[in-house]
Amino acid sequence: MAAPASFLFKGKFLPLVLLLPQLIITGVFFFWPAFQAVYQSFLREDAFGLSSQFVGFENFTDVLSDPTWLQSFGRTIFFSTAVAGLALSVALFLAVQADKQIRASTTFKTMLIWPYAVAPAVAAVLWLFMFHPNIGLFGRMLNAAGIPWDYKLNGDQAMLLVIIASAWKQVSYNFIFFLAGLQAIPRSVLEAAAIDGAKPMRRFWTVVFPLLSPTAFFLLVVNLTYAFFDTFGVIHSITQGGPGKATETLIYRVYTDGVMNLNLGTSAAQSVILMIMVIALTMVQFRFIERKVHY
Amino acid sequence: MLEKRSLWPYLWLGIGVLIFAFPIYITVIGSTHDISTIGRGDVPLLPGGHGVENYSAAWAGGAGRFTTTPAAVMLVNSLLMAVLIAAGKIAISLTSAYAVVFFRFPFRMLAFWLIFITLMLPVEVRIIPTFQVMVNLDMTNSMAGLVVPLIASATATLLFRQFFLTIPPEYVEAAKIDGAGPMRFFKDVVLPLSVTNIAALFVILFIYGWNQYLWPLLIVNDRSLETIVVGLTKMIGTGDAQNEWNVIMATAVMALLPPVAVVVLMQRWFIKGLVETEK
Repeated sequence: MAAPASFLFKGKFLPLVLLLPQLIITGVFFFWPAFQAVYQSFLREDAFGLSSQFVGFENFTDVLSDPTWLQSFGRTIFFSTAVAGLALSVALFLAVQADKQIRASTTFKTMLIWPYAVAPAVAAVLWLFMFHPNIGLFGRMLNAAGIPWDYKLNGDQAMLLVIIASAWKQVSYNFIFFLAGLQAIPRSVLEAAAIDGAKPMRRFWTVVFPLLSPTAFFLLVVNLTYAFFDTFGVIHSITQGGPGKATETLIYRVYTDGVMNLNLGTSAAQSVILMIMVIALTMVQFRFIERKVHY
Repeated sequence: MLEKRSLWPYLWLGIGVLIFAFPIYITVIGSTHDISTIGRGDVPLLPGGHGVENYSAAWAGGAGRFTTTPAAVMLVNSLLMAVLIAAGKIAISLTSAYAVVFFRFPFRMLAFWLIFITLMLPVEVRIIPTFQVMVNLDMTNSMAGLVVPLIASATATLLFRQFFLTIPPEYVEAAKIDGAGPMRFFKDVVLPLSVTNIAALFVILFIYGWNQYLWPLLIVNDRSLETIVVGLTKMIGTGDAQNEWNVIMATAVMALLPPVAVVVLMQRWFIKGLVETEK
């Protein structure tokens, strides 16, 4: 980075002008609200929203000791693990198949990656069309087969539906990265293992999978972040967090507390807790990327 | 020598393709039947004859008992939002990466870190305070309100920075000898070299913009600014069986077609953009 001066342009004013648009937007729409969230998380408004007073960590202790929040937390962990696990394993399996020497692999690839472009909320709507108890093909089949299916009444079924719809959309993203990772593995390594007599399954678990683990780890973080935040659209369009609170994740709860119930203090405290979680996830990711760079 | 050719991969990939394609297939088929066929729950597997009427009903804003925002309006809003977000992100990221790489000035690294740190503040975690800022600035219910807060981009800035660092420094020296200033160098050397990266990024960011959900849901309640993804779920409401499902399905097809077309038609740019922004 220490380029000699002749390789740089002079001037102090121009670079600041070039940076200004980005810095203004970042300042106004990222830092101001973020500080605002931290500030509000220490305040409590009275019932009429007329005055507010400093309450220290009370909002935080309220949130963290609220059993329904803790349930949302546990639910979010379950939901995210299920989405990430499902999306990663299906994608890895398909990528391994697509990596074999087959005809028409480009066509298969195209047919598998396009769901990336479908918005989470729209993906949810497509699954709703199939599993609606009255108008959905599979929803009606299940009911006709004597299995009472109605995701609007049954919390477990609602959870299952949002997990599948969320994972469905994420498989193509993982597939692209797994396939790129698989294609980067030198053939010679695999051939050496084959000569040593390793069967395909054994080759996969002892050679391919370890070499793929950096990709898998990176994808795990991305998938967890996706399941935490981007699935808001899925939940909002299928279940609205219900029935009861059966599909209310943390992010959905910030939305209901802040936008629907206008409970600013606790909503801000929840936002701050979520920010800490994102920062932790991002740090894990960057530590890991740094390690990869130093290899 | 590694593997015998077998039919298994075809079978598994075929099943995979089916799982991905089937939800769309059902939706497209549903959008060609009339309301009573779907409402009765006789889900057809072959196209019906009501396609034109369903799509024109959706296009014009509902038929019969239900009126919604016309899909024509929502599509224009989504297109405008997606293009403006993508173009805005690329423009301000290009200039800021250029400033960070080709100049030395006070607080250069501080500026870089300030941009970089926004990676950790996704809009979802700071919904309420950001909304309050929008209210203070009187930017709710406007296209600017939909677009401007989303165009700050740490990933795009990082990507361009990485790319600019690979431009041989001798180019700068040569440009200086030829008497070209920094803006000239940007326009005549850096921009042309970046075209591939810009195209790849545009595809990714277009999809990002088109698929925005929470932000438009909060910022816009004026129907004339409704985007199609949000408008679609508003048509569904709580999923009542009496909904005009045939028109909703036609709207769903219109909501997913543009970004899917972009991915399929620009597949090469798309994969490049995806893999590079995540590095």
